[in-house]
Amino acid sequence: MAKSKSAYSVPGKIGKIERHIIVVWVDNEAGVLARIAGLFSGRGYNIESLAVAEVDKKKHISRITIVTEGTPQVIEQINLQLKKLVPVHKVADFKRGEKDILFRELALFKILGNSKKIEKVKKICKKFNPVVLDKTNKSVVIQVTALRAEIDKLALDLKSLGLISTSRTGAVAMTKGPKIFN
Amino acid sequence: MPKLLSGAEIVFKALEDQKVEYIFGYPGGAVLPIYDELKNHKTIKHILARHEQGAGHSAEGYARSSGKPGVLLVTSGPGATNAVTALTDAYMDSVPLVCISGQVPTHLIGTDAFQECDTTGITRPCTKHNWLVKDVNDLSRVLHLAFEVATTGRPGPVLVDIPKDIQFKKGKYKFFKNTLKKKLNGKVSKKISNQELDKFVDLMKKSSKPIFYTGGGVINSGPEASKHLRELVSLTGFPITSTLQGLGAYPGDDPQFLGMLGMHGTYEANNAMHDCDLMINIGARFDDRITGKVDEFSPGSKKIHVDIDPSSIGKNIKVDLAIVSDVTELLKSLNKRFKEKNKNFASSNKQKTSKWWEQIGKWREKKSLNFINSNKVIKPQHAVQRLYELTKNQDTFITTEVGQHQMWAAQHYKFNKPNRWMTSGGLGTMGYGLPAAIGVQIANPGKLVVDIAGEASVLMTMQEMSTAVQYRLPIKIFILNNEYMGMVRQWQELLHEKNYSESYTAALPDFVKLAESYGCVGIRAKTPEELDEKIKEMINVDKPVIFDCVVDKAENCFPMIPSGKPHNQMILGPEEEEEISDEGKILV
Repeated sequence: MAKSKSAYSVPGKIGKIERHIIVVWVDNEAGVLARIAGLFSGRGYNIESLAVAEVDKKKHISRITIVTEGTPQVIEQINLQLKKLVPVHKVADFKRGEKDILFRELALFKILGNSKKIEKVKKICKKFNPVVLDKTNKSVVIQVTALRAEIDKLALDLKSLGLISTSRTGAVAMTKGPKIFN
Repeated sequence: MPKLLSGAEIVFKALEDQKVEYIFGYPGGAVLPIYDELKNHKTIKHILARHEQGAGHSAEGYARSSGKPGVLLVTSGPGATNAVTALTDAYMDSVPLVCISGQVPTHLIGTDAFQECDTTGITRPCTKHNWLVKDVNDLSRVLHLAFEVATTGRPGPVLVDIPKDIQFKKGKYKFFKNTLKKKLNGKVSKKISNQELDKFVDLMKKSSKPIFYTGGGVINSGPEASKHLRELVSLTGFPITSTLQGLGAYPGDDPQFLGMLGMHGTYEANNAMHDCDLMINIGARFDDRITGKVDEFSPGSKKIHVDIDPSSIGKNIKVDLAIVSDVTELLKSLNKRFKEKNKNFASSNKQKTSKWWEQIGKWREKKSLNFINSNKVIKPQHAVQRLYELTKNQDTFITTEVGQHQMWAAQHYKFNKPNRWMTSGGLGTMGYGLPAAIGVQIANPGKLVVDIAGEASVLMTMQEMSTAVQYRLPIKIFILNNEYMGMVRQWQELLHEKNYSESYTAALPDFVKLAESYGCVGIRAKTPEELDEKIKEMINVDKPVIFDCVVDKAENCFPMIPSGKPHNQMILGPEEEEEISDEGKILV
């Protein structure tokens, strides 16, 4: 069958795809993550990374940071649909690359190798706040915090130096200066 | 110390405090404690359905015709899964439902226990919100919150899943009011600013080709909204068209009303939508059956969109003025503002829109709802017209199933009041109309309730006739029987070289005998001459009726916007059918 040009199923002109970081404050209750994830999958939105943890023990508020991609229209819908969920308190949204927002991801690398190699690894990681979490004479577990692309590159560089396991978080975000998200 | 109540008692206490009069349901193992408690609460009547889907649609019919939330009570597992279609239907059409489901005891959750299913997981995408109550002391708060979520903002279904042990456990009861700290739908409700209103009025004043496009939001906002809408339309003198769900908000026989728009809407409504310079959308959502090809949708117009749900605005169509508001509130302030500054607008503006009305008159002359009548076979459109003529002088409630008969009902039955028209628009659920009629009749005793049905649809929930008989609900099931899934057959004729694959129903039951076996009345009309008499007979029987109206098997539903075409290129009738491109065939 020919490709659909139907009046009822063709999308209009597709806008430019943007990457956004969406921060959601939710009640930390059973199923809340499933609600958020279900909203994304059910409406065909994309989750690139997700980071979630309770940030207010008293009020049981969790802060979820979602990295997503979409046209401006889709991003707007994501925001509005999220705000409709009952456990959602507020939603903040910004474009990747906005100036007054800080992003960080954390990664753990396990590297096998002798101490000479490991020194080399530490040197490569130097710019990204490396912390050695575990060390044996054959291996090291090293923690870095950086931007997504930087970690991507690091992982690539470390491959030849004995990287055997990588564990990464999704991005978390915060505004610069005294302001907070509203 | 307050008296402790069992979970089951708390359920009824909450229902009483919410002033619930009817619950629609079906018992089962996991809700037995609640059913056991029913006898102690005389103000709440339980309507026993024959299938949970039927109970759900009945609750929808009750809600849509009364403006109150519908309450549904089902058991765990299959009880809950059977309710899913009704919940999704209510979600799509913004109907407030509160579904209470039983669940296996908390200690068995997750063990694949008998009649266990992940009810909150399954219903998460088809409810506004749902809860699994694991602590009896949470129950009253959750139940009241459930009613609040279902009925505020854009209404919709919610579900409260109560494990059996929680129904037995004793706990505290409290009546919670307005527990939601934030306003629903994400936006804090703010007063509509004069600036917004002035912009609205300004756009109306500047327009020479305006049109109101109104939807189910007007109905959902309550009868007040329809009153204000009528005032606004008469103040402005603008033409108005309505979506399927909005029918009845504005009188169907008024000269300013252009009829329904959309895929099977009138020629004048669709052309006016296409050519207008100002589109005022009040409580509609630019659904795909309305817009057709989005890129070519009303290319030259400024658009105003009033909706209570911010996520409905800008989802499909970009607009120039967006107002997030309840329709009643907006119309009230708009009318006030408008009258302050624009006395006699309608008459002074006549000149400006006269050309527009002239054009509309030309479109109207096409008489797009016309059909070639016959004196040998009953044309389905004729049957609906006769039904309308013979029932228009009494307060009649119409429900429908889904398909050709639904569109003919929408085209040929003229509604003058809101909440008189109950149809499954968003989800398009065959089998909706019969159980919905039951709920409508319960909410409106003594009124005439007719389900305009197709024989294929109605068989999907036919078992509910038994419910109608049990509760002596004199609903009328008016079946336009063409032995086909008519809309499927129509599409196959137009798009699939008349390959009528599986759309013919062989071995249909004899509906008259079926009616008799249910203990209601069966009537059959086969010829146009006998139609009126038979319809009158149906109306006058004070019992449920199944009316088998044998209609032309080959009739198609026109006008119609064909695939791949914008609004101004409708097919008006069979003589105008043209080849539909391959590209267009993919749509349904």
